Amino acid sequence: MIDVKHLSKSFGDNLVLDDISEHIFPGEKVVIIGPSGSGKSTFLRCLNLLETPTSGVITFDGAEITHPKADINAIRRQMGMVFQHFNLFPNMTIRKNITLAPVQTKLMSQAEADEEAAALLRRVGLEEKADAWPAQLSGGQKQRIAIVRALAMKPKVLLFDEPTSALDPEMVGEVLEVMKELAREGMTMVVVTHEMGFAREVGTRVLFMDGGKIVEQDEPHAFFAHPKEPRTVEFLSKVL
Amino acid sequence: MPTPFTDWLYNFPPVKWLNALGPRFYASFVEADRWKLYLKGLGVTFQITIAAISLGLALGLLVAMVRTAHDQQLPGRRNPLLGLVNAVCKVYTTVIRGTPMMVQILIWNFVVFSTRNKILVGMVAMGINAGAYISEIIRGGLMSVDPGQSEAGRSLGLSYADTMRFIVIPQAFKNILPSMGNELVTLFKDTSLVNAIGAAEMTYYASRIGGKTYDYMPPLLIIAAIYLVFVMGLTWLQGRLERRLRQSDRR
Repeated sequence: MIDVKHLSKSFGDNLVLDDISEHIFPGEKVVIIGPSGSGKSTFLRCLNLLETPTSGVITFDGAEITHPKADINAIRRQMGMVFQHFNLFPNMTIRKNITLAPVQTKLMSQAEADEEAAALLRRVGLEEKADAWPAQLSGGQKQRIAIVRALAMKPKVLLFDEPTSALDPEMVGEVLEVMKELAREGMTMVVVTHEMGFAREVGTRVLFMDGGKIVEQDEPHAFFAHPKEPRTVEFLSKVL
Repeated sequence: MPTPFTDWLYNFPPVKWLNALGPRFYASFVEADRWKLYLKGLGVTFQITIAAISLGLALGLLVAMVRTAHDQQLPGRRNPLLGLVNAVCKVYTTVIRGTPMMVQILIWNFVVFSTRNKILVGMVAMGINAGAYISEIIRGGLMSVDPGQSEAGRSLGLSYADTMRFIVIPQAFKNILPSMGNELVTLFKDTSLVNAIGAAEMTYYASRIGGKTYDYMPPLLIIAAIYLVFVMGLTWLQGRLERRLRQSDRR
């Protein structure tokens, strides 16, 4: 589904991603873990071109998105993204946050989008917040809305950039619950996270990144039970 | 009944000076219906201010858009035409902000235009000057919006233009408003500079009245008070508007 070939990214002299090749298959839930500065967020942000790769080729559903003539907007419509800091639009109500993109990109009429927003909000238990403003919501509620906002575009894949890192501990559960449900429904997901429990329970594959490279990867049970690389063992011993 | 004491008192310099103030202000304001000249000048001052702020807003918006769009292009997808226009905009803001407004007004009057309509020259000179400052105000406002906001918009597949229109500009507006108010106040006061090329605004009439009555102090104090009153009014309005915008934050 997403094919990455020889992806490198540097900021100035700082090489953040070092020749990464990887493939993400439909229905996979890929969890990316690693220490800070390992390049995991940059890798995720390259997948929908929020960061421009320095070199390498990324293909999504057969279309080369790193091609200079590629229609980035059309590709991004099919790849939802959820951010660490939610990034809800504070100048709009929750309903408007959710319906803006589907309506402006002519995916739906305003009426259809309103209906879709109501249905999605019901799914995450926030239907009564449709007319609220982002500033009135808790962090956990904001992140659930952010997920709904991404889902409203009916994406083929969802990218999560540390979705629970900015939350109070007691709010992490409600967000993970929504993500688990999405996973059960078969959504393709790429998740950068520090939640090892989530990686173990939901992931179909765990990638461990360090120093701009994917050091080790495996299905979660084997990955956590028998890590092979010394760097992985060291990291896991600190976080588990 | 004059006595030696009252004679002394009336001739005591501070008292004598104060005593003459009334007639001096009378001569500068009431006599020969001179107050009408202040009003006429104030009208022209307003005209220049409004024309200049309109021209400045249009220019400033355009320049700010070009420069922001240029800076936010993806590397490897740069548009050469935009690069050229951006360079022109940069020269414009640098030259205008790097030279005195007075010199600019004189150049517009003596070098560029050869018209007797000095008010029009004043409007153009001040509008083009304001545009450079306003473009920087707007650009600063756009840049002050959290980059995560436009990333969220773009990640949903919205175009750059839609992201600016629905997400970034509405949030930038609140940050822009205070500096924009200051710019309007500055512009209003600086219209007095076009007096130098003979545009008949309020300061021009004040010095004409001073020349006629051989007494410059009263007309200058009068126009100073008029400028002050309007600036205080504008500042008050600005404060009210900002308070109202802030309230919407606490929803």
